[in-house]
Amino acid sequence: MKPLEELVAALDAESAEWVAALTGPAAERAQREARLHGMLVRVALHELGRRRTTSPWLAGVELEDLAHQAAADAMLAILRKLGTFRGESRFTTWAYRFVILEVSAKLGRHYWRVHPPVALEAEAWERLPDRFGLDPAEHVQRAELVRAMGRAVDETLTAHQRRLFTAIVLEGTPLDALAVRLGTNRNAIYKTVFDARRKIRAYLVANGYLEQEGTGAR
Amino acid sequence: MNHRDRLGRFLATDPADVGCEEAMAVLHVYVDLIADGRDAAAAYPGVAAHLAACGPCGEDFEGLLAAVTSP
Repeated sequence: MKPLEELVAALDAESAEWVAALTGPAAERAQREARLHGMLVRVALHELGRRRTTSPWLAGVELEDLAHQAAADAMLAILRKLGTFRGESRFTTWAYRFVILEVSAKLGRHYWRVHPPVALEAEAWERLPDRFGLDPAEHVQRAELVRAMGRAVDETLTAHQRRLFTAIVLEGTPLDALAVRLGTNRNAIYKTVFDARRKIRAYLVANGYLEQEGTGAR
Repeated sequence: MNHRDRLGRFLATDPADVGCEEAMAVLHVYVDLIADGRDAAAAYPGVAAHLAACGPCGEDFEGLLAAVTSP
């Protein structure tokens, strides 16, 4: 038995049908590709609509164009990587992952069209309490914590960690948008900020501002 | 929850967290387990830790789950 036939035999019926059609005769393949493309557009539109609730800036964006671009790019990736599908999930779940990730990547790029980069002002640290929902009624402890955070950032973080931490925490830049601006990826930024959070926490614990409990290391 | 707790929660890091790359690589498997009513977090605790801590990956997870479970 050929590898493709072995794979199809091991899949659930619906996934097997998808793989067989997408690797079958040209006419059947084209028909199935068109159907998959339509499904990807629908998922992209739904996802963009869903994200408007958490990203209000999306209101002015041409969502339909973005959805079609995300679906087209996801389609190319799916066809290119079809040979790597091993049936660990349903075929459609595997395929939809591509379009969801494309939506995130497109939004990261689009962010800078509606939010031109600006230099961070010195007073930005004053916004820190709002970012953490610190209670204004506790203003003395609040001011003390903000100062301690500033010292932790200055004394424990590298220049790169400081740059990313302030962009995300103080400026509120979405992680995917920052990845686009710096020409890197989400994972690299997450790991840098993860390490920054761990170092700041350790500093605050060592200096008596936070309890030891819950400290993690990576 | 007081201000220290809020800050402490924000700064807390879970050593089990696998990071974005690994979590996104198995997101489809993780989501299918949930869609089938199985305990995905028990099967992939490091992915669960990551999705709870990473906003963008959490969004992707919610989006994929909605895509496979919405009629």
